[in-house]
Amino acid sequence: MTTRDLFEETYGAVTVNKVRSGLTMLGIVIGIASVIALVAVGQGTQSSIQSSIASLGANLIMVTPGAQRTFGSNVRGAAGGSETLTPSDAAAIESVSNVAAVAPEISGRYQVIYKTNNTNTTVLGTTAAYEQVRNTSIDTGSFITDTDNANSNRIAVIGPTVLQALFAPSADASATPAMAIGNTIKIKGIQFTVVGVTVAKGGSGFNNQDDMIYVPLGAAQHYLLGSSAYLTEVDVEAATQDSMAQVQADITTLLLGDHKIADPTKADFTVLNQASIVSTASSVTSTFTTLLAAIAAISLLVGGIGIMNMMLTTVTERTREIGLRKAIGAKKTDITTQFLAESVMLTFTGGVAGVALGWLAAVLISSFAGIATSVSVPYIFLAFGVSAAIGIIFGYYPARRAAGLNPIEALRYE
Amino acid sequence: MKNIIECKDIKKTYGSGGTEVVVLRGITFSIREGEFVAIMGPSGSGKSTLMHILGALDTPTSGEYFLDGKDVSKLSEDELADIRREKIGFVFQSFNLLPRTSVLRNVSLPLIYANMPKEDREVIAAKALTDAAFPEAFWSYHSNQISGGMMQRVAIARSLVNNPALILADEPTGNLDSKTGEIVLHTFQALNMQHGKTIVLITHESYVAQHADRIIHILDGNIVTDEKNPKKLVARNEKNIPNDNT
Repeated sequence: MTTRDLFEETYGAVTVNKVRSGLTMLGIVIGIASVIALVAVGQGTQSSIQSSIASLGANLIMVTPGAQRTFGSNVRGAAGGSETLTPSDAAAIESVSNVAAVAPEISGRYQVIYKTNNTNTTVLGTTAAYEQVRNTSIDTGSFITDTDNANSNRIAVIGPTVLQALFAPSADASATPAMAIGNTIKIKGIQFTVVGVTVAKGGSGFNNQDDMIYVPLGAAQHYLLGSSAYLTEVDVEAATQDSMAQVQADITTLLLGDHKIADPTKADFTVLNQASIVSTASSVTSTFTTLLAAIAAISLLVGGIGIMNMMLTTVTERTREIGLRKAIGAKKTDITTQFLAESVMLTFTGGVAGVALGWLAAVLISSFAGIATSVSVPYIFLAFGVSAAIGIIFGYYPARRAAGLNPIEALRYE
Repeated sequence: MKNIIECKDIKKTYGSGGTEVVVLRGITFSIREGEFVAIMGPSGSGKSTLMHILGALDTPTSGEYFLDGKDVSKLSEDELADIRREKIGFVFQSFNLLPRTSVLRNVSLPLIYANMPKEDREVIAAKALTDAAFPEAFWSYHSNQISGGMMQRVAIARSLVNNPALILADEPTGNLDSKTGEIVLHTFQALNMQHGKTIVLITHESYVAQHADRIIHILDGNIVTDEKNPKKLVARNEKNIPNDNT
């Protein structure tokens, strides 16, 4: 039997009972579509988490006060709750080799007022290096300069969320950065002049870098938090990706020495590097993706059983036809191939429709539910492969059963 | 004239031990090329089993069977399939056409398994339909849209396409009324006389058997008589083929 004949025979057999073929295919369509859509959700979440971590800054190492979490220890100081990091620690870190920049941070939440508008936001005191270390870009105006810091100038750089909260002319009109530059806002009742607006970075929750006001470190200490305030974080940029481990280790050694701590497990600070955060987040999200794929795979399995059920019914219904085909010279392999081709055609067509439907579902999920999705090409090919494989696996038994029929009995079958 | 069929002491038993059933007890006969033979016998006589062996659907328990000079009594399942494809054309009592499939495609079906291109298949199928006196107007009809008599002619045409050494018809008129049965018998006679086809017709009706040149009677697994048919009936050919649902 030539390939073309096989295709024609198969097409004819599948289209003879369109409703039944369609319903059977639907099982595969739903199975493949749910795999594609759920994996897209999982991978979209993964890549959005990774990119938001990456947007924190390149080669970033974060030193935060509080104990390192170790296995066997259930106690961890609340982040920011410990007061152990000082500006002199930050200055000492600058001397570590392969450190490109160091940005000390102190922060607090304050009520901020401009005319009749007010908002509650995070005010971060830092230095000029922050712009480089944390990968922050200025939309309009300028960032904090070293001069601002040295003189403790009362200037502020605001994030786009703050800009909208304070400077929007009305509820349904948005503010432009130009409306803010040069104006004076009150933080904790103290006047600061807006000199710059940052570019929106995205992000959400407690990690939203758009909902923030940056002021010089000196000004924050002097006017807002008190001159003896401890640092809430020191951000360090390593010179290269490869030097990160060395920088991380050197900072740990340095601070342990400065803080006079002999046992590293009792350190009163934590040194985290961005790569380890990314890998932790990735392992969580990939577990999540695997879980979603496993749930979807179950529906695919059910679809496959549907195919097998239909093929067994078909074989019984067409027993006489099989008998005839054998009588006119069809070999076992001819019959096997024909029935396998039927189930593969069903599952493969179902797979194509499923990929299209899954893709559509992924697009709809992103646009309506606002969840990032990413349809990956390898998964599409995998879905085609899996659907064809399901056709072969679940079609094999019915096909062998058809091929094994005795032609004499099959011809007599009522 | 060479022998198309040569059976030597064919025995067939089903089951084994205490439940053994002997169906054929030693059948020996031969059929020459161009003969029209009827094998007659009541149900249970073993004629169906003999037909299955003659049609290479089954193999005998013992004995030898040469079909067109080739020993087919000890072949494997796939080798038997090749023999059927190359040398035998079947016509069944219940037609066994593929439903919802055109007449032309039904007729060309055996050639699919011979890997013949579609264009060649249709030329051969068209010729077979003409030989079986099937009107061209109905070629594109689906097999379930035509009458029983027409269906059996499609089946006869299908049995011709592989240019078989032997046409084996199993109760071909069993599902037809006498009038359409007559037309089918006429078709067989025409194929035999005009095209020299070797035909073996299995039936339990003596009226049907009377249309053959030679009649073999089987009873309880033995040949009881094997003789020329002196008073051969010639089937009438109706000019108008009725397209009723018989």
